[in-house]
Amino acid sequence: MRNLVATVSMFLALAGTAKAAETLNIYTYESFITEWGPGPAIKTAFEAECGCTLNWVGIQDGVAILNRLKLEGASAKADIVLGLDTNLTNEARTTGLFAGHGTDTSKLTLPINWNDDVFVPYDYAHFAVIYDRDKVANPPTSLKELVEGDSSQKIVLQDPRTSTPGLGFLLWMKSVYGDKAGEAWAKLRPRILTVTPGWSEAYGLFTKGEAEMVLSYTTSPAYHRIAEKSEKYAAASFDEGHYLQVEVAAMLKASPNPALARKFLAFMTGPGFQDHIPTNNWMFPAGALSAPLPAEFGKLVKPSKTLLYSPAMVAKNRRAWVDEWQEAMSK
Amino acid sequence: MATRSRNLPAILAGSIGLAGLATVMAGALVALTLTAVATPGGGSWDDYLWRVVRFTLWQAVLSTVLSVGLAIPVARAIARRRVFPGRGPLLRLFALPLALPALVVVLGIVDVWGRHGWAAKGLALLVDDGSMPNIYGLTGILLAHVFFNLPLAARLMIMHLERIPGENWRLASQLGMGAGAIFRFIEWPALRAGLPGIAGLVFMLCIASFTVVLTLGGGPAATTIEVAIYQALRFDFDPGRAVILALVQLGMTAVLIALGMRLTMPAVTTPSLNRPILRPDCAKLAGRVGDGMVIALAALFIVLPLIALTVSATAAPMGKLLGEAIVWQAILTSLAIGATAAVLCITLAWSLLIAAHAAKRMPGTSWWKAGFIMACGSGGSLILVMPPIFLGAGWFVLLHGLGEGFALAPAVVVTINGLMALPYTLRILGPAHASAAADHDRLCDSLGISGWNRWRLADWPVLRPAFGLAFAFAMALSLGDLGAVALFGSEDLTTLPLLILQRMGSYRTADAAGLAFMLAIFCLILIIGAERATAKTDNGR
Repeated sequence: MRNLVATVSMFLALAGTAKAAETLNIYTYESFITEWGPGPAIKTAFEAECGCTLNWVGIQDGVAILNRLKLEGASAKADIVLGLDTNLTNEARTTGLFAGHGTDTSKLTLPINWNDDVFVPYDYAHFAVIYDRDKVANPPTSLKELVEGDSSQKIVLQDPRTSTPGLGFLLWMKSVYGDKAGEAWAKLRPRILTVTPGWSEAYGLFTKGEAEMVLSYTTSPAYHRIAEKSEKYAAASFDEGHYLQVEVAAMLKASPNPALARKFLAFMTGPGFQDHIPTNNWMFPAGALSAPLPAEFGKLVKPSKTLLYSPAMVAKNRRAWVDEWQEAMSK
Repeated sequence: MATRSRNLPAILAGSIGLAGLATVMAGALVALTLTAVATPGGGSWDDYLWRVVRFTLWQAVLSTVLSVGLAIPVARAIARRRVFPGRGPLLRLFALPLALPALVVVLGIVDVWGRHGWAAKGLALLVDDGSMPNIYGLTGILLAHVFFNLPLAARLMIMHLERIPGENWRLASQLGMGAGAIFRFIEWPALRAGLPGIAGLVFMLCIASFTVVLTLGGGPAATTIEVAIYQALRFDFDPGRAVILALVQLGMTAVLIALGMRLTMPAVTTPSLNRPILRPDCAKLAGRVGDGMVIALAALFIVLPLIALTVSATAAPMGKLLGEAIVWQAILTSLAIGATAAVLCITLAWSLLIAAHAAKRMPGTSWWKAGFIMACGSGGSLILVMPPIFLGAGWFVLLHGLGEGFALAPAVVVTINGLMALPYTLRILGPAHASAAADHDRLCDSLGISGWNRWRLADWPVLRPAFGLAFAFAMALSLGDLGAVALFGSEDLTTLPLLILQRMGSYRTADAAGLAFMLAIFCLILIIGAERATAKTDNGR
């Protein structure tokens, strides 16, 4: 076994020296680098510009990326981490593993002001309740209507203990109902068909027709319109506003190629990267594109108000709020 | 002395196997404990966890009682009817539910039993305002667990029933026994010997249930320890709590399985001359109708969700999928992982079985001998209640500590998948080994045949079908669950199950349905192939 390890590491070392060009290692989530995701095209575009090699390392999802960093500490073999969201940045920052980005974020096209010196956003979307137009004649127009509406029309939600959209909806409820969130959950409960461990299970049940509604993103109908030419699904626009998810990247202090890493973060806010986001990652681009957004994106729900807790607020209260949810949902 | 020297290699092989198993489990525990010590705070125990433990036990006990209880009449009916149209295909389909990703199976079950499923539509045709009871909650969990485990339990029970020696049947017909007496004196004793092992396996699978419990459970009231471990290792990142929970899950299961063993009688295996099996209880019309109904109901219950999967797959662009290089790469990767894991699994299972048997044949009694036999028999199964995310995180820490650990991700997958299939293969090979030993031990001892010659001449010819089935099961189960390497960053390790989950996670449900169908067909081919390759030769009788 030791021989095998030695051979493998020697081989890797040789492979390293054989390539004179620098290699940029980026941890990201798996779906970003599947063949239909934005990863492959972004790799080609950046490599053409930098004369370097971009190496994606695909880890399950954003939470797993952060946990891997916590386990690896300063010995992580990455220059950049791409794929955390604003609910994770506070914890990521406290690991002390990240460096300042030094990128100009003033030209970003986010629905909020961005002044974080460590994390650079690359895309965003608002959470939204997606409904089946054949089954829901009068979709809820507010979170209040969803909570108090007809309990024979069901929604599938995700579990805030295990999934990012699940946590997003919990924060949405909290930001609208505040101290009354527990009561609101109890009122919503008869409408909840079930609470799934992740987005896939919920969306699978929804498209199978088990529930009339599901929690997803405002951008979900764009996929069905563009890729499936289907108008069957639409997002409900809520008066109180929609909770926002922003996906970010950051460079590590221990990066062996800090200059290259900074170059990538700057590249990330431009069209070479952003062009691949809308119809590959199905999110809104956080920076300028070289061509206008596909027309279908113009038809999507535009939230009148953006709801978002600061990362520090989420980190401080997440456990208590999840407990509150659990209490209200378990009685 | 001769006996002792003959037994030692087997005991040594079993000890090595046990040590390997213990290393995999203890390695993860130790690594995460050390991480927890280095992580401030955490590791707490609260009311929430008590509720979780209670619910876990409650649903697992109910699921086990239902699955095993319902499997008895099904197994008996199928064993009694040795020839009926569709018998072979049905038994092969019985191996399928466990080989498919839980999410795929859950969606198939929902197609049949859900709010707008086939059962609800059928009911609406019959009764005007008859509405389908809501399955989300304990009902859904039990339904899915029975779907997963009834066929497994029935399949294992049929093996026990078919191993009843022909001599017993001859005696039964000479004594003019009716169906009731046959069940009491012949079938039940044969089943009872296997029941603790089968029930223990089903219980462990239900204890460690995750996707089923969360998706069909309706809400956080349905939370198992497995979910809590997952939670502790995700957003909360509290390795201390994860270690405590894993130990609770492990300890609880070990105690319950040990109790189960205590409550049951040891297996009685009688030497047999392999007379043809002529059952005297198959001719009566009432029995035939009854068996037919039991078999038809069980077949419907198992086959309907599988048909639902097939129907979903009709919407899939099969041609496009088969043209994708990544799909073929996933198939090959799955095959490679499955085959390697199955070989590892079978080798390990066999070494544990022969070691336990050799220890039994050693003279004298002592607590360590009893302990060794017990460890070989069921200790290995405990790996089933170690969550993949836990094993994965623990081994990530260990291998990371060693330096270039990530190149070993494939080895980690193969090892963990192989070990996870061990409990099944033990239960398939175990009874076969026991009856071969009962048939051959004395004869071979007196003729002085041992080692390779005994294996080649006496044991292998009768064990071939069991090995075939065990290999097929192990391979189908190991085709590529990558839960354990979620942290490793192993994008070149794309397997078919992973591909299904990836497509599902990015709106491509039709693709996912098509791939799930391919996976199911693939498993069936494996099972049929293994059966063919190891079919009994006619001159063996």
